[in-house]
Amino acid sequence: MYQGTAFKYGDNVDTDVIIPARYLNAPSAEELAKHCMEDIDVDFVKEVKKGDIMVGGENFGCGSSREHAPIAIRASGISCVIAASFARIFYRNAINIGFPILECPEAAARIKKGDAVTVDADKGIIKNETTGEVFHATPFPAFINRIIENGGLLPYLVNKEAGK
Amino acid sequence: MGMTMTQKILAAHAGLSAVKAGDLIEAKLDIVLGNDVTTPVAVDVFDKAGFTRVFDKDKIAIVLDHYTPCKDIKSAELCKTAREFAKRFDITHFYDVGAVGIEHALLPEKGIVGPGDCIIGADSHTCTYGALGAFSTGVGSTDMAAGMATGENWFKVPSAIKVVLKGKLQPFVSGKDVILHLIGMIGVDGALYKSLEFVGEGVSALTMDDRFSIANMAIEAGAKNGIFPVDEQTMAYVKDRFTRPVRVFEADADAEYEREVIIDLDTLKPTVALPHLPSNTKTVDEVKGMPIDQVVIGSCTNGRIGDLRAAAAILKGKKVAKGVRCIVIPATEEVYLQSIKEGLTQIFIEAGCAVSTPTCGPCLGGHMGCMAAGERAVATTNRNFVGRMGHVKSEVILASPAVAAASAVAGAIASPYDMEV
Repeated sequence: MYQGTAFKYGDNVDTDVIIPARYLNAPSAEELAKHCMEDIDVDFVKEVKKGDIMVGGENFGCGSSREHAPIAIRASGISCVIAASFARIFYRNAINIGFPILECPEAAARIKKGDAVTVDADKGIIKNETTGEVFHATPFPAFINRIIENGGLLPYLVNKEAGK
Repeated sequence: MGMTMTQKILAAHAGLSAVKAGDLIEAKLDIVLGNDVTTPVAVDVFDKAGFTRVFDKDKIAIVLDHYTPCKDIKSAELCKTAREFAKRFDITHFYDVGAVGIEHALLPEKGIVGPGDCIIGADSHTCTYGALGAFSTGVGSTDMAAGMATGENWFKVPSAIKVVLKGKLQPFVSGKDVILHLIGMIGVDGALYKSLEFVGEGVSALTMDDRFSIANMAIEAGAKNGIFPVDEQTMAYVKDRFTRPVRVFEADADAEYEREVIIDLDTLKPTVALPHLPSNTKTVDEVKGMPIDQVVIGSCTNGRIGDLRAAAAILKGKKVAKGVRCIVIPATEEVYLQSIKEGLTQIFIEAGCAVSTPTCGPCLGGHMGCMAAGERAVATTNRNFVGRMGHVKSEVILASPAVAAASAVAGAIASPYDMEV
């Protein structure tokens, strides 16, 4: 279960605004987190608290393949991202590093900045505690759930190899 | 039900007789690619997982192209990490300064990728190799690490949009205009999770460099991959470059497409994308006269010899407008050398351009042409997001080499048709 305050953004949040390329030369998670979202929201890093939830519109994470993007968001303190849809490389990257993302157009449309939100990622249930609304995210295929349960792609592969 | 070209390649690499859209499969990889930004993260993941060997040292490509020659100490550390990994596993296709080119121009040129391949690369523009009739898609660093260790990766089989090309491009209209026009039509998520399959009689009239530019920007429509059929031009390109057996896949006659889009090449006009999305397209005539500070001609989208020829044809005997900086970046050493042999480099320098060694550099606001607040560039690159080429208040307008060169001369957005050539 994740519980926190919502940070709300629009459609097509690209990886260049999630973490600008000028910071990619220092790929430690802590360094990346200091600059997360700064090109569209200078206050994000100052305001975000551990456990908070990021909400985006369509095509969240479009652009570059940089895994630094979900790494930066996670290291900033955000516990999970809800969006109407995700760009496919961001989607893969988040799953591969074991960072929870939920696809839910209704929640993405209805949740506002500052709303208190709780998320049961296993069941895909999103609750807006401020308004009382409950939303259901699109479930992941079973195969992807296995990667998430193992904590990411590499632990999944290592465990799979060990089980042979 | 038949399969698309992409589905056939994926089925063959998964050892299956048939796949359909939505299937989750594990496919064998022909090439796994990384660069100086993404490889160090992959090395970290690879080592932490405890892997001690790579699946095939001949099937991994590591290309130090983004911040090289290293712009600062931190970048030098990244390159060192990637370089040491390449040395540790004796990686065959490792390219460092002096031999390096922008990865997506370099791999086809060196024959490392070819028709029928299944390729992943930790760079979003890995979709470029679809121009050769390969399945090729961008992934992250963890996928790269997994690919290097196992030689396989998981894919969700994509559905497809059929893009039918008709007719033939007019002079000064190029592959860049085709792909910008398409993204303008369908949007930056118009092909999300899907393949863009380019077909029709118009394909044969496109040069390989046009096809590389088009496939390169499939990602800017959200696509998983863009792909072209293999024809005589493809075979002529890969001859003397690609040494593995060529595998030609064709879509079935009854393949299912989610949507069909028709582009009439005859009537297509030079097209630009205004800030801050590649889908924000206009014909150049609609926005002529917008003042600019910088022009960048290069990148994995438009740094090939055909692109430099198009730019030089406009710049020959002319000068870059006062107050405008024009930066020309040949995508590879081979392109650079050819540009010198053909006299293109001389044309650029005499016109007042800065000509750089191959690098991704300014495209991602890395180095070699970052912009200050309030500045505007016309660039042959692929993204015009907020802050992409420098300051958050700078602007990038995407265009073809011909439009970029004409704009450099005019000092404002200009049409190549208005130039005397």
